[in-house]
Amino acid sequence: MPDAAATSPIATPNLPQSFRDWFDEKGWHPHPHQIEMLDAARQGRHALLIAPTGGGKTLAGFLPSLIELAEAPHEGLHTLYISPLKALAVDIHRNLLLPIEEMDLPITAETRTGDTSQSKKQRQRGTPPNILLTTPESLALLLSYTDAQKIFGRLRTIVVDELHALAPNKRGELLALGLARLARLAPDARRVGLSATVAYPEALEAYLSPTGRAGQSDVARVTGGGAAAAEVKIMIGRGHFPWSGHMGTYAVEDIYEQICGAETTLVFVNTRAQAEILFQALWRVNEQNLPIALHHGSLSAEQRRKVEAVMAKGGLRAVVATSSLDLGIDWAAVDLVIQVGAPKGSSRLLQRIGRANHRLDQPSRAILIPANRFEVLECQAAIDAVKEMTLDGDLPSDGALDVLAQHILGTACAGPFHPDRLYQEVRTAAPYADLPREDFDAVLRFVTDGGYALRTYDRFRRLRPTSEGLLSVVNERVARAYRMNVGTIVEAVTLKVRMRRGRFLGEIEEYFVQGLTPGDTFLFAGQLLTFEGVRETVVEVSPGGDGEPEVPAYMGGRLPFTTHLSDRVRVMLEDDRDWPALPAPVEDWLRMQQWRSVMPKRDRLLVEIFPRSGKFYLVAYCFAGRNAHQTLGMLLTRRMERAGLDPLGFVASDYVIAVWGLEEPRREDVEALFDQDMLGDDLEEWMAESTLLKRTFRNVAVIAGLIERKLPGHEKTGRQVTFSADLIYDVLRSHEPDHVLLKATRADAARGLTDIRRLADLLVQVQGKIDVRALDRVSPLAVPILLEIGKEQVYGGAVDSLLEEAEAELVAEATGGNMQAQLPI
Amino acid sequence: MSVETFHLNGVALTADPAGILFWPERSLLVVSDLHLEKGSSYAVRGVHLPPYDTAETLKRLALLVSAYAPERVICLGDNFHDLGGPGRMSESDRNALAALVAGRDWCWVTGNHDPDLPEDLPGRNSLEETVGALTFRHESNRNGIGEISGHFHPSARVKTRQRHLSGRCFAHNGQRLIMPAFGTLTGGLSVRDPAIGAVLGRSFEILFLGPRRLYRFPSKAVA
Repeated sequence: MPDAAATSPIATPNLPQSFRDWFDEKGWHPHPHQIEMLDAARQGRHALLIAPTGGGKTLAGFLPSLIELAEAPHEGLHTLYISPLKALAVDIHRNLLLPIEEMDLPITAETRTGDTSQSKKQRQRGTPPNILLTTPESLALLLSYTDAQKIFGRLRTIVVDELHALAPNKRGELLALGLARLARLAPDARRVGLSATVAYPEALEAYLSPTGRAGQSDVARVTGGGAAAAEVKIMIGRGHFPWSGHMGTYAVEDIYEQICGAETTLVFVNTRAQAEILFQALWRVNEQNLPIALHHGSLSAEQRRKVEAVMAKGGLRAVVATSSLDLGIDWAAVDLVIQVGAPKGSSRLLQRIGRANHRLDQPSRAILIPANRFEVLECQAAIDAVKEMTLDGDLPSDGALDVLAQHILGTACAGPFHPDRLYQEVRTAAPYADLPREDFDAVLRFVTDGGYALRTYDRFRRLRPTSEGLLSVVNERVARAYRMNVGTIVEAVTLKVRMRRGRFLGEIEEYFVQGLTPGDTFLFAGQLLTFEGVRETVVEVSPGGDGEPEVPAYMGGRLPFTTHLSDRVRVMLEDDRDWPALPAPVEDWLRMQQWRSVMPKRDRLLVEIFPRSGKFYLVAYCFAGRNAHQTLGMLLTRRMERAGLDPLGFVASDYVIAVWGLEEPRREDVEALFDQDMLGDDLEEWMAESTLLKRTFRNVAVIAGLIERKLPGHEKTGRQVTFSADLIYDVLRSHEPDHVLLKATRADAARGLTDIRRLADLLVQVQGKIDVRALDRVSPLAVPILLEIGKEQVYGGAVDSLLEEAEAELVAEATGGNMQAQLPI
Repeated sequence: MSVETFHLNGVALTADPAGILFWPERSLLVVSDLHLEKGSSYAVRGVHLPPYDTAETLKRLALLVSAYAPERVICLGDNFHDLGGPGRMSESDRNALAALVAGRDWCWVTGNHDPDLPEDLPGRNSLEETVGALTFRHESNRNGIGEISGHFHPSARVKTRQRHLSGRCFAHNGQRLIMPAFGTLTGGLSVRDPAIGAVLGRSFEILFLGPRRLYRFPSKAVA
């Protein structure tokens, strides 16, 4: 954790002698921000530390607690450390023990995660350590115990690590509510947030402030020294530069060459599937047998830990990794980061290149390898953004109501509460600072009896009023159910993958498994595997096999690129002065587009229409990201259907959407197609029946506690499943469309997978500013998206026609016809 | 909505994509696994599923009963989700059920979820029914001939050009047929599950319930 800062000595009046000696012994000097954090602590202020990775951030967070505890021993829990990752908590704990042991400090420090033994957890509740390192979910659990006051009453400091990664999502919302609870239990506890460089520091200040609002000057903002500027460049491989695709395997020889030339390389990719494929490709060209490993979130924890350990010891030359390595663990030895595929956001790129050379005085070295032509533009935009330090990122939005439901039930488990007081408390959590009372009441009613207009569940309440006007859980069973379901991470249902009579390799989604038949091959955990079958809830595989292997895909694996990068790409397209700096094939491509069609303008929408093999294509250059484009595609095809244009399907990328049909859209149709009123009834209708909304509902229902999550090993086999979220969604939608869970579902869909807001902004912006070009053939800029057809999921087509096709294909084999007449009565 | 006609043990039956069978010759309608009051049975344990499933199930059934106007209706067991179901039924659902039963021979075949139905429930109870060449029971005895049963809630996943579609289905091998579950909150069991294979053998036909009609697939073609 502590790193060797090579800066010149600074004044350290706040640092006790023993700590100064310890720094000296190590040959280290405290960073200025570490001292500033100490000052904030002495003044009793909350503090937000914003520093790049490797800036000694964690030590800065802990130093005040270590000094306080060294100066005055403390009975019970003093400092609570919360990390988004279990592994990170464990890692930090190990590093924290170093100064404690080396200075012989009278401090106890322990971790508490899902992996901690029951007996240890029990003991920790009775006798908590001085420093407890845990996760948001474990904290929520602790807060639900009736002895929460006893555990947390003497708490002095709360450290939230990787705050930027937690704050904008539901885990962060649950944690914010937990912090509000802690403020009740331990009013004197100081909050400390540690964050990477972010676009919206005010939002994090609000998050840390016990008022839930920014600008209260109760949070000291400390900024860590900027790292030396990174050396980042774009490289396209020597092979044929692809028009489309996202894997980047065309450049595998070049990637390998770079790995050979560096000590240790981190190869970042965007999806787990890409990691598997690139890893295979690298090993095919690995003539020197370099130790190259694979790391992604679906691999078994054991396997990941092994890779991390070997990596830390310097035993690897390269690791192909997804965002599973974005956070946490410091890799001092890494001297090169390669990002294969577009970085999708400037903050993400900054974070990833920060993984190289964790020394503030040395620049990180990074190479971006775009997988196709559009990605070159996106890579360049990201590099420019990092250079100018203009960052992007999700602005935390209004807290989700399903998370609130979970918190209310958790609070009730800890003891009776007064609704008015809980409402006041909840509003001190930043995500819920503006929560209307009626929303709170609706959620409270949901928690009590399901909150249905038909009040038939009065008899079956989970909360009942006490004589003092408080609400209390009706029995211990409710509390047990809550504790089994705590947390906001709702993973797709996954199945473990095991070698026949061998070890576990990791987990893949049930969805993928259902498409496999025994004998099929797939790539997973860096190997070619043959699917043998599913036994109980385990996928059995054997090594090797024939045929073209499939690669497991994962829901939500691909992030859309940020608005910030999108804006930059549009500027680059409009202004051709910088094109000569782009790789030659890309510049040629853009010039061709200028010649054959026009370039999309920054503040306008270019729509091209052209015929191709008997169909008409409409290509719109929206640059609003995949999710927004997919929503747009659904809406456009609906409209085209009504306009008699016989749409057949559409395909969406981050940059472009292409729709095709049998009739040629006329110039004047286009304005109407993109009219912003499509966000009204059309959207409502589509959202209501889309499978996407059903999936969202499932997550909401699990988080809110309506559906119990499937626990590993508890799945039923050989019997019909108990009920499905889809059915509940349908019945609720037809009988009570305003139910609070449907409201939460719509809010989720709007901010998440469908990117409604981004789409709305786009439509408003282009009203009256659409440039329509009718061409006689495909334009150069449209080639990449047309190539995606056949690779990407193509949408459109009603359920009935899909089934008809499938049936027709099988009609010859059908056993139906001949088995009927011959049976005697 | 278009229906599909097929034969079971020589009997011509009409399958409706809503998930019921009709036997025109006998004016007999068959429906299975209503699981009435499933929502409230969870609510008792503090899991507040929407309380609308009974009303919804009865409403859908009423539409079919009025369309086919059967003289006889057989409900193939698991009519209520649990023993306490009839007692938790709301007044209006009770009335809706009584209106359905009135004027026809209504037979509740009892299932594992509801072995005893209360006396005051309209309609008559039966462990199993035999009508002509067909026998109706809740759970297949695995070697019945001309047997129509429920219990398993068969469902199938059909691979189409774009994506997999999952849904309820009838499954039969010419001798035995398993009905889809009709209840609003009832889930499904894949027809590839060994439990269904034990009834129908390795090769059978499924009738997949599409939005507007039924689709026929061999069991091998679905997951």
